[in-house]
Parts: sequence; structure tokens; C-alpha cells
Amino acid sequence: MVEAAIVVPAILNGLTTGAVYALVALGLTLIYGVLHIINFAHGALLMVALYGVYFLNATVGIDPYLALPVMIPGMFALGYLLQRYVIGRAGRGKDENVMLVTLGLAIVIENLALYLWSSDTRTIETPYSFSTVDLGVALIAVPKVIAFFGALVVTILLWALMRWTDLGKAIRALAKERRGAQLVGINVDHLYAMSFGIGIACLGAAACLLLPSYYASPHIGSAFVLIAFTIVVLGGMGSTVGALVGGLIIGVTESLGGLFMGESLGKIGVFIIFIAVLLFRPTGLFGQKA
Amino acid sequence: MSQEKRGQSLSRRHFIAGTAAGGLAVASGTIVMPHVARAASPVKVGIIHPVTGGVSYSGNQGRAGAMMAVDDINAAGGIKSLGGAKIDALLADAQSKADVGAAQIEKYNDAGVSAVVGGYASFICLATTQAAAKHGIPYVVDVGTDDRIVKAGLKNTFRFSPGYGVFVDTAIKSLDQINTAAGKPAKTAVIVHEDSAFGTGTAKLLQKQLGGIGINVLEVMKHPTPNLDFNNIVLRIKAVNPDLVIPADYYNEYVLVARTMLQQKVRPKAIYSVLGGAASQYKFVKEFPQAAAYIMDCNHWYNPHKEAAQALRKKIEAKGLFYTYEVFLNYEAVMLLADAIERAASTDRAKIIDALAASEWAGHFMPYGPTKFVDGQNTGARAVNLQVQDNDIKVILPPEFANAKPIFPMPA
Repeated sequence: MVEAAIVVPAILNGLTTGAVYALVALGLTLIYGVLHIINFAHGALLMVALYGVYFLNATVGIDPYLALPVMIPGMFALGYLLQRYVIGRAGRGKDENVMLVTLGLAIVIENLALYLWSSDTRTIETPYSFSTVDLGVALIAVPKVIAFFGALVVTILLWALMRWTDLGKAIRALAKERRGAQLVGINVDHLYAMSFGIGIACLGAAACLLLPSYYASPHIGSAFVLIAFTIVVLGGMGSTVGALVGGLIIGVTESLGGLFMGESLGKIGVFIIFIAVLLFRPTGLFGQKA
Repeated sequence: MSQEKRGQSLSRRHFIAGTAAGGLAVASGTIVMPHVARAASPVKVGIIHPVTGGVSYSGNQGRAGAMMAVDDINAAGGIKSLGGAKIDALLADAQSKADVGAAQIEKYNDAGVSAVVGGYASFICLATTQAAAKHGIPYVVDVGTDDRIVKAGLKNTFRFSPGYGVFVDTAIKSLDQINTAAGKPAKTAVIVHEDSAFGTGTAKLLQKQLGGIGINVLEVMKHPTPNLDFNNIVLRIKAVNPDLVIPADYYNEYVLVARTMLQQKVRPKAIYSVLGGAASQYKFVKEFPQAAAYIMDCNHWYNPHKEAAQALRKKIEAKGLFYTYEVFLNYEAVMLLADAIERAASTDRAKIIDALAASEWAGHFMPYGPTKFVDGQNTGARAVNLQVQDNDIKVILPPEFANAKPIFPMPA
């Protein structure tokens, strides 16, 4: 019953979805790699970014893709301030405290969103919402194609930033050895906040790429965050390349799982990978031993 | 009720004040309304909806409709048989939870309400009607389509709108009628449904009955809520190539199914649903006119030929709200209750229950006959068939209420 004519489009769809998942996971893995904390507020902050893109479109009429130059610095600033003045301070240097603070933040942000914007879902319509690219074997929605390449570009930029800039070198130094970094004159608090900010800026980009084919609602974050955790584990904690490859694998797994086993059961594939990686390769595909 | 008072009563504080301080809120109500006949003390009516939590959008819509009715009744001089007594609405939030809804009814009882209107979701209504029955409080269900609500043998419970069974029956009969009139082009169908009680229940009932009207169900595809991506499902629909696609989904997923079908250029002869999450929502039609075009749905609706229904639509839209079924069903539920209180000429609960049971109210703008309650169900209540045409929602069946003809099969 399931033939190539459906399988090929399903794989391509999985790749496009996976690229956006990768972008969400990228922020998470960066924050984990440097700060060694799991950011439970990641989903809630993605939701905030989605609302940001929505309101920019609904009130000022800015196209979601043109909102990228606003959303990326905007979310970066939010992330920076959150880490510097809320998470960093309330955490008092203890990882378990930080985890609880991010969890608390997630609850506060989600309920605030529910209060301010109600549980109503918000969608936007763009001239290209229903356009498709005909690849011969499959019709892929234009927003998904843009999201795919957009996510690739952001990943490459982030990788280059980490690899070749002073900021990237300092962040990597901090991730490896906090005391050492401090001794050579790196401003630790500032760089922690920078890393958190960059991680959250990825969500700003993801939101711009997501909204044309998706919707914003206060609980939307949780749908992404569990998958993002799986990708981080699969790709290797802290690995940029791992997040991208992991995202694409998870996207395709989810898509094919849905096709062969139905949408309700299909997601099981994602979690089988999660458990299998933890059992047989706890460092993930590209992770290094701690 | 004055503007100032209404603003106050829209918050939960008002209800808390009402329950905690008893007559205080009532007293302030009469003070700000000097034109009220002095002898008439207000009739306390509980208005309960899930205004926070999972179904809060619908709850807020329902509350807006109910409050509009309260304002209209009070502006028109209140309950005349009680010397022009105003209706004092005590607002409560069921928080999208059955147990919270039931607890609010206990507070209503302490506050001495004469009747309660609302509930919205079936699972809330099941709990609130039971709790109200314990204290003999007359209860008018606004939406709650689950038929168990009126089959529990509660003497206090009245449902103005039709139940689930009526919807499925009407949907099947109407589909057959539309299909037959077009020369039976539809022979096959695919059902897409969300996997909780609502979607699964609808899918099962439809699957059983579609064979009876000569439509073969090729495949039933289920998915969880929320579901992020419908490409797989739509690809499978494309492969099976059915004449009809029948979604049984909540709002978001319904919209995503329709949008993805448009993107993947899947154009069956019709998209047809029963109580479809988005099909009869102006929000969907306004935001995605292309995806919504020609979708048919069997749902609650007003009689489009009635002036009052259109007037209320204008008033609701002027407030920046969408005119959804929650709004007009709640408006009418409060009006039905007001008619009963008028005839009972009393704030006594038992007398209002008797008046509701004997109700033959025809002053509404729904496509129903005069009300006639049998075991709490308004047997005059009907479901209608709707279709999105010209960026608007039109009634296509039954013919006596229709303001458009069905367009089937839908244009490619």
C-alpha cells in the first residue's frame, strides 16, 4: 500500500522538518555544552519567539523572514539578560539550582502567555503560504524549503562563529575549563550570558522559519522541546554538527514512522532512538567523553 | 446593568465578592442603577464557563454571549413579572476541569442563585449538572453535546441545543441527500481523526453508518493532538484518492489538515465533517479563505433569516470577537432561562424548573421550532448543514433555513 511515490516525499518532508528541529536543538546543545545545564525554559522561549514573529506580522506587517534581523538580536538580548540577571544569580553556581530556575521560568513564561494572549492559536497568512516547489517526485511547501536552507545557513554560521572568532574560542575555552578561562582573563559571567544569548537567538531564527507553516500558542514549546532533547542526546551533548545531523535523522524517523505506523504510534521511533543511544552510545554520534 | 457594573462582573472577583459578601454585590448593583424599580431585588444567575485552561477560547466566547444576553435583558427592563428585576450574573471559571466546575456550583448554592447557565464542554456539564441537581438548582446547558448529560434522569437539567446523536444522524442523512442530488459522485471516503474520545467516537459512528448510504470507507487515519505535521496523512490520502475526506479534529489540526491538502494539491469531491473543529468558524474562513473554501460541516448554527441573529453578529464583531456557536448558544440559553423566570414570576428554583419543563419558547433565532423539553432535551433542536461559500459560512440544509445551495462536488 505504501509505495515509493509516498516514501520519497515523506523523506523530503522529514528532512525539512528535521532542519528546523535541528535549529531548536542547536540552541539547547550550545547552552548545555558551555553552561552544563539543561535549559528547561527552551520550549517556552521558542513560544515567546513565535509570538514575537506573529505580533511583528500582525501589528507592523513585517514578513516573518524579514523579521529575522529583529528576532535574532531581540531573542539574543532576552537570553543574555535572563542568564546574567535571573538564571545566573538565582542559580548561585549550583547546577541543580539552575535547572530548577529554568524549569520555574518555563512555567512562569507559559502561564504569563496564557494570561496575556489566551490559549487561542495564532497563525499568519503570507502570499507564499500555499506555494509549493514541484520536485517531480514530490511537492514541498515553499516555507518548508526556505526553513530547510535557512536552518542550514544558521547552523553553518554558528559553527563558523564557534570555530574562527575570538568569541567562539573564548566560549570553547570556557566550556572546557572554567577556572583556566578565568585565569587567562575571560569574563566568565559575561561569556555565560553570551552563550545563553546565542542559544536563545537560534530560537528567534527557528521561530521566523517556523511560523509561516505553523502556529503560535502558549503550549507549543513542549511539542518541540522533547524532540530537541532527543536530538541533543543523539548528536552528542554540545556538538553543533551533531545537532544538525541528529535533527535530520529525527525528522526523517518521525516522518517515516508516521507513514508506516500512523501518526499516533509513529513517534515511537524517535524515542526508541533516544533509549538506544543512551544504552549503546551515551556520548551520542559526535559527542566527546566528558 | 450599567457599563461600570458589567466591567466589574467580567472578572472572577465579582463572583468571589458575591459569594463571600453575599448581598453586598447585589446592594451595590441597585445603587448604581437608580432607574430600577426599587422594590425588585435582582435575580441571581450563575454563568459558568471554562475561561482558563485547555478549552478557554470556547469558554470565553460563551461567557461573552451569555453576558450580551444579560445586558440585553436588563436594558429592556429586566424580568417584568418580578417588577422589572434585573439579572445579576455571578461569573465563575470551571478552569477546563470537571471537579472545579462542580465546586463552583457549591459556591453558587451558598450564594443563593436561582439558576445556572453554561458549562460548555461535555465533561464539565456532566459534573456541573449533577452538582446542581443535588441542590435543585435549575441548569441550562449551553453546548455540551454528550447525550449522557440529558440521559442521567436529572430533573433540573435542560439542554436547548441538539446532542451528539442528532448531529451524526443529520450529517449522514444530509450527506446522502447532497450526494444523491448531485448524481451520487461520492462513493469512497477517508476519515481523519484525532485519537481522543471526540475524534475516535465520531470516526466509529461515521464508519458504521457511511456504508448504509453507499459510501465505502477506504481508510481511517488517526493522529494525536497536537500534531505538528500533516504531510504524511495527506500523502496517504493522495495515494488512496477518496471522493470524500472527513476530518474529526479540534480547531488547530483541522486547519492544518485543510492547509496541507491545499498545498499538496489534494482536491477530493468534498471535505465534510460533523462538529468539525474549524469548518464552521469565521476565524478559519477569515485567516485561510482558500483552504476553507467549500468545506461542508454539520454543526450548531443560527437561522440566517432572523434579524436578531444578524444584529447579534454585528454587536459581537464590533467587540472584536468572532461570532462562533458558543456565543449565540449562550445568548439563547440565557434568553430561554429569562423566559422561564418571567413565566414563573418567582426566583424560586423549583418554580423555575417547572417553568422550563413547560417551556414553549419561540422567541429565539435558532433554526428550531418552539422549545419542547422531553427529559431535559429540547426535542425541537436541530443540527444544520453549512458550507463555506464566498468567504462566508452559509446554511445549505435544511432547505427552510438555507441561504445558499450546496456546491458539490467542489470546483477543482
